[in-house]
Order: sequence, then structure tokens, then C-alpha cells
Amino acid sequence: MTLSRFIPVRETILAAAIGVLLAVVASRFAGFIAPSNLANVFNDTAPLIILALGQMVVILTRCIDLSVAANLALTGMAVAMINVAMPGLPIPIIIAIAISLGAVMGAINGVLVWKLSIPPIVVTLGTMTIFRGIIFLISDGKWVNSHEMSPAFTGVPRAEFLGLPVLSWVAIITVVIFGIMMARTQLGRSIFAVGGNPHAAVYTGIDVGKTQFLAFVISGALAGLTGYLWVARYAVAYVDIAGGFELEVVAACVIGGISIAGGIGSVGGAVLGAIFLGVVKNALPVVNISPFWQLAISGSAILIAVAFNAQSGRKKGRIILKDAEVRS
Amino acid sequence: MSVFKKLIASAAMATTMIASPAFAEDVRIALVVKALGIGFFEAAAEGAEEAAAELGNVEIIYTGPTDTTAEGQIEVINSLIAQNVDAIAVSANDTDALVPALKRAMDRGITVISWDSGVALEGRQLHLNPSSNALIGNMIIKLAADHLPDGGDVAVLSATTTSTNQNIWIEEMTAVMGDYPGINVVSTVYGDDLADKSYREATGLMQSFPDLDAIIAPTSVGIVAAAQAVVDAGKVGEVNVTGLGLPSEMAGAIESGASQSFAIWNPIDLGYSATMLAYELSQNGVEAAPGAEVPMGRMGALTLDDNNEGAMADPFVYDASNIEQFKSIF
Repeated sequence: MTLSRFIPVRETILAAAIGVLLAVVASRFAGFIAPSNLANVFNDTAPLIILALGQMVVILTRCIDLSVAANLALTGMAVAMINVAMPGLPIPIIIAIAISLGAVMGAINGVLVWKLSIPPIVVTLGTMTIFRGIIFLISDGKWVNSHEMSPAFTGVPRAEFLGLPVLSWVAIITVVIFGIMMARTQLGRSIFAVGGNPHAAVYTGIDVGKTQFLAFVISGALAGLTGYLWVARYAVAYVDIAGGFELEVVAACVIGGISIAGGIGSVGGAVLGAIFLGVVKNALPVVNISPFWQLAISGSAILIAVAFNAQSGRKKGRIILKDAEVRS
Repeated sequence: MSVFKKLIASAAMATTMIASPAFAEDVRIALVVKALGIGFFEAAAEGAEEAAAELGNVEIIYTGPTDTTAEGQIEVINSLIAQNVDAIAVSANDTDALVPALKRAMDRGITVISWDSGVALEGRQLHLNPSSNALIGNMIIKLAADHLPDGGDVAVLSATTTSTNQNIWIEEMTAVMGDYPGINVVSTVYGDDLADKSYREATGLMQSFPDLDAIIAPTSVGIVAAAQAVVDAGKVGEVNVTGLGLPSEMAGAIESGASQSFAIWNPIDLGYSATMLAYELSQNGVEAAPGAEVPMGRMGALTLDDNNEGAMADPFVYDASNIEQFKSIF
């Protein structure tokens, strides 16, 4: 074991990049790095962090889930409509419904990939459109607005606990759970093994299809959870919410050094990738840059990060597999 | 349940079609909207149905892409040309991109008008503005100024940088700023008509300009998101969110006090008028030419200017006194 096992190079560089970014922003708008504002930025990035972790698991198994934003929107609309119909329903039950609904949608993706062997990008492109279509069908194209939702429904994500909103805590807890899952559980290790070398994974007794299925279920469940948080936070549900957000989620993963070819990546990378994008998104409105330049800047940041990862990622190709062999 | 209703409805429709005299073939008017699933356009479709009921022999085809892209609308228009509808009334996602497709429709003898968001002159016979751009531009700044007797700083939260409507309104607003001494527009930001981006931009405005008095959002997604951002920042009473929004979507913001008042025309009237105009041009041989007056049923007549455009009516202000009445309508 070398030192780089303990100080992951990519994460360190990404963290440094975020630090430099914060310094640049602070030079133009000092208030941005005030602790309270950084907490706000983290809170704003929480949905992206949660979804990026789900996406990471899927990408690690050599798949991709483009339906996360549509899943989020459908679950969000469903729980918002449930809340309107039954305002008295306790929020824990709403959250349980959201997670289960999201998991079911993830399972649909997973079954299609596992049992019918359809390429994941095709499956999730299809279900992405189907989910958006279903939102239109169940809502009749109508919005669910803030005054129709119960105060408890919209209140939970913004309720403060130990100085941070619940939304932030959900992200933190998800990160901790994923950290343990990826490093310490059989499922976490088989996810790496399946993406690193599917043939070798089969020889070690891992069911590749089933692992991919479980990855989709995890991603779907997190999308469902985020669906509730999103709708409650912005206090509005309509067909197009989080439109195009799936690309941001994939971008967060790619920036975080998760190899799109599967097998390589870390929880820390995904989280830092999401935070990097979150800082960019929150900083651009306050640094007074022309909106015409903002898109170009976001895009360039992604390209630079990916180009860098492509360079530094090459030599790491087989390390994970060796690791898996040592452990098993 | 809704499937059952639809079955009943189509059965009823089929019966009517059989019962109606054979010579009265239905006039098919297509209402093409920016995207399906937007409350405003759903209300416009309701108005179109009202006009259809009044005219008697009109069938409304309410359609549009699932997201607000010009490409999606071109596909929809091409399919309508293939169906050989009698008239197309479109609210465009892009001023110029739809022109070739709409020209092709006119070449086939289909009446083409634009409404709400316009198409360039060569792509349509006339354009129905919900109100005049000058009146809207004046209204959005007036809404902010009315609550700032001593003047103050206001910022604009628009849709996308290329939204035809919003850009014209902001231009008109800037043109009449002289009438509102003491009111400064400190910034214009773009929320891309996404709830999360608009929320973030509104939060950014409050950070960049701590003395901000009002946010003017001439877009229905932006105004709702800005109101929520103001509530979450605890700035209700300090920052007034105003602009253009739908009563049903803004009821919460009026209730919380984040928004004192906002304006919108009546989308039901708009869909109604567009249908009436399309019918007049297509069936009654009315010529759309500068200076012409085209009748539009209960809404009076549309007077066309040099660009074959006309304004339907003034925007209407909604506040705590009338929100309850309108929030269930649209």
C-alpha cells in the first residue's frame, strides 16, 4: 500500500480547485465565503449531492441513469398531490412513499437492464420520457402550488437542526451511509468489481445483472427522496421541475473522477464534484458576470475537470480489481 | 375515472357529429402552445373551447411540444400541415425558427396567426398581443413603484436571455423609467424559467444588493421562485416580489406577503380571441392588413398596426383583495 491510498490524489486536487474557486469568488464578493452563506450553498447543493451518489453507484457498474431527474419530478408531483389530497398524512409516511416510489421506478430501469439486456442509456432515455409523460397524465398539466401544500410538507426540509436545515442533514447522512456501504459491505465491493471487470466478477460469484439492478434501485430510491425534498423546498410541483438536471448529476460524477467506463470512483469524489458544481452555480449570480458568459463558464469548468481526470485516471486502471482480490 | 369520462365525452362527441348536418364540416383550428403542461396555456385552451362552442362548428386541436423548444414546435406544425387543419394559432418559442414551417403551412392554404409570443412578420398573417408591450413594460415597473413612494432599488428576474417576450417588456420598461423618479433598476438576471435556477438568482440578488426593495419577475416560474426565496431569506416586507404571474400559482406568495401585487392578462380571453381571429381569417375571408379591424367576439375588435399586430387588452392587477376570487380560475 502506497501513501496515495491514504491521501487520494484526485480528491485532494478537486478540493484544492474548490478552494481556489472560493478564493476567486471571495475576491469579487467577500460575503460569499461567510460561514452562513457557505452553509446556504451546501444546502442548495444537497439535492445534487444525494443524486450524484446514486448516479455514482450506477456509473460504477458500467451503466448510466438518465431518468433520475424525471423520477425526481414524478415522485415530487405524486407526493405533492398526495399531500393536497390528504393534508393530515404525517411527513415520515410521505417520505417513505417517496423513497418507495422512486425505488420502484429505479427497479423498472434495473429489470429492463438486467433481464432484457437493453443498454442502460437506451432504457433510461426511454423511462425518462415515460416518467415525464406520467407526470403530465396524473397532474393534467396543472401545477401544485405553495398555498395548496400543508405547512408541515414544505416545512421539513427547511427546519433547522443543530444550525443546519434538514435538507443538508439528509445529504450528510446519505454521504455517511454511502461511505460505509461502498467501503465495508459486500454490495459496495461487488459494485466496484462488476464495473472494474465483469468477467472476473462472475468468476468470484457475483451476479453482474443483479448488482446493476440493485444500483438502479438505489439511484431510484434516492431520486424519490430528493423528489420530495425538491418539491417541498421550492414549494411548487409541475411537469418540468428539475428539467435537464440529470445532466448536472452526471457532470458532478464525471468531475468527481468517476470513470464513465465503470469501476473507478469514490464517494468523496462524487460529493466534491457536486460541491464544485454547486459553488459554480451559486457563485455566478453574485459575481456580476454577464449571463451570456455564465453558461460558457460552467461548461468550460466541466470540460477542464474531465480532461484532467482523463489524464490522471489512466494509470489507475487495475488497482481496484487487485484490491477486490485481496479483500475476497 | 378520467378514462371513463373521456370515453363518455368521445361517445357524446361522436353522437353530435352524426347528428349534425352533413354539410357543416368542422373547422379545425390548432392552438399550438410553447409547451404542454403550463397552467397559462391550459387556461388559453379553455378560452379556445369557449370560442369553439360559441362558433358551433369548430374543433380545437390543443397541442405543443413537451418542452419549450422551437424544434419541438416545428415537428408539431409539420404534423398539423400533414393533417391539413384549417388554421394554426401559435405561441412561438422562437421568433424566426418557426417561419419556414409556418410559410409552408400558409402555402397550403392554412391560416396562420401567432398569439402571446410572436412569430416574424413573414411567418404569419397577424399577431395577437395579449396587451401592448408598452403597457406591460409600464405595468411591471408601476407595480413595483406603487409600493415605493420614496423610491428604491429594484432588480429584474427574467426567463432566458433569448425569451422574446421578456426582452421586449424589459426594453419597454427601461423606456418609461423616466416616469418613475427615484426607482433604480440595479440588475437584470436570468432564471431560465427553472424553479431552482430562478430561486438561486433571486437569492443572489438579495445578497449582492442588501438594500434591494423589489424584484420584478415578468415570468410565471420566476415570480413564484423569487417569492419563495424571499420567504426563505426572511425578507418578507423588505423585498416585494412583483411582475407577471398566475393567480393560482401566486396565491401563496400574496398570502405570505412576499408579493404585494402582480399582473397578468386573462389567458382565457387570449385563447378565446386567438380562436375567433383564426376563424375570421380562415372562414369569413377577412383580410389581415395594416389598419384592418378584425372582430373577435365578446372581446371587441383587434386593430392591426403596420406589422399586422394588435393588442387585446390591458394587463389586470391582482392583489390580496381579489386573489381569492381568481385563484380557482387559472
